[in-house]
Amino acid sequence: MSQSLRPYLHCVRSTLTAALSLSDFASQASERHNVPEIEARSSPEVILNPLTVSRNQEERVLVEPSVNSVRVSIRIKQADEIEHILVHKFDRFLTQRAEAFFILRRKSVPGYDISFLITNFHTEEMLKHKLVDFIIQFMEEVDKEISEMKLFLNARARFVAESFLTPFD
Amino acid sequence: MAAPEVHHLFHAPIADHSFSADRNTLAVTHSNTLELYKRNGNAFRLQDELRGHDKTITGVDIAPRSGRIVTCSQDRNAYVWEPSSTGQWKPTLVLLRINRAATCVRWSPSETKFAVGSGARIIAICYFEEENDWWISKHLRKPLRSTVNCVAWHPNSVLLAAGSADGHARVFSSFIKGVDDRPEPSVWGERLPFNTVCGEYLNPTAGWVHGVGFSPSGNALAFCSHDSTITVVYPSGPEQPPQAVISVATQLLPFADLLWISESEILCAGYDCEVYRFSGQASGWQLTGSLEAAGKAGAAGVQREESALNHFRSLDLKGRSGTGADDTKLRTVHQNTINTLRSYEESGAGVRKVSTGGVDGRVVVWTV
Repeated sequence: MSQSLRPYLHCVRSTLTAALSLSDFASQASERHNVPEIEARSSPEVILNPLTVSRNQEERVLVEPSVNSVRVSIRIKQADEIEHILVHKFDRFLTQRAEAFFILRRKSVPGYDISFLITNFHTEEMLKHKLVDFIIQFMEEVDKEISEMKLFLNARARFVAESFLTPFD
Repeated sequence: MAAPEVHHLFHAPIADHSFSADRNTLAVTHSNTLELYKRNGNAFRLQDELRGHDKTITGVDIAPRSGRIVTCSQDRNAYVWEPSSTGQWKPTLVLLRINRAATCVRWSPSETKFAVGSGARIIAICYFEEENDWWISKHLRKPLRSTVNCVAWHPNSVLLAAGSADGHARVFSSFIKGVDDRPEPSVWGERLPFNTVCGEYLNPTAGWVHGVGFSPSGNALAFCSHDSTITVVYPSGPEQPPQAVISVATQLLPFADLLWISESEILCAGYDCEVYRFSGQASGWQLTGSLEAAGKAGAAGVQREESALNHFRSLDLKGRSGTGADDTKLRTVHQNTINTLRSYEESGAGVRKVSTGGVDGRVVVWTV
């Protein structure tokens, strides 16, 4: 693990821990509704300033807190064309199964690859520190996953090329 | 210090809880029902469920002398529940006239009125009208610009403090002719017609105010807001700038509620799942510790036994230190945010025991 990943994850962890101080807050705009304020954006006073934590130009996390919900968007490292395609496929796979993930948002925020929407109902039924752990773990794993897939893809390409070229040997 | 008395009632958030005056009945909100628990030895046993609201109940309060229970909910209604001779509870709908969720409710010390805060930027002061036999309300609305998060009564039952999501803590007069006696002049004001704003306070960052409270004498006001500060205000007299406004910033997560235990001590609890103690007077306030200090020391000893390799590995992988095999359990008694902090037992000078209710479905009684 590289030197710069540790402070990055540490910073994301403390940001998320503070942002996840959510309370049950019924809508001020419509009667008998209780909606995530960060998505509804109907009352400006209950939305806090968004915060970006970035490790380098490619990798960053956007945390948008509000009184009853937090939106966390992650930009995954994409060094080249292959990684770009892999990340895209990976995101599509996850977002299509968003229901099973509870906190995953179906569509990511523009400029980011994957978004989570955590509401007060999630922090009520799940452990708050475990939710933070989950996101941190996700960020660690996803980089590893993508580079593994890339290696596998390269190995596979080499193998295919070799077997295609054997007749000309 | 005696160990806290923990009652794990269910796995759902407790928005508010209230003990009866004899401390044998505990009223707890459980989504859209109100559950009444009876003390049975050392435990609390479910005795009754009061149904009537169709959305999450946000506030409950038991009047200490009359035993009436008032509840309010996100369905915009409030009910007053009265015990009947058959042991049933009879609900009476209160005419709140609000069109957004009700967020909090508290009986006045005189028990003739109660205040309901709401998301409609209104505080409804409700009182019983004999001739029509119903609870009606008068609205405090003037300078409120956002949802009212909390209300607290002054001991004279006329002044009311409210904290709202626009970052202000305000002190209002809720004097109702025919219900209240004319209050004694105090530092907050001499003539107090309905909806007089006796004070309006903001802390430096204007975080949402989660909890507010008058000191036992009623001559000071404290509020805690979302920027993890508590602010104590000492007014000097009507229409004059306050004598002292002290803001204590902490490195903790925000506080959700506060309680004065004496003129010089405040307890705060919130997102850190712990109860903290502040002490001071008009010259200054500071954080003096947590009610869980004893348990903490033991936990630190356990942690030290962990190997250095594991420590650095977890620091490297997870960006934090100290992960044992079982790190799902927090080291605090409450396992999630504490929503309410209330006085449980008082003796002469101050509060001796307090109770907290949290999102984890626990009600804990602490010895101060």
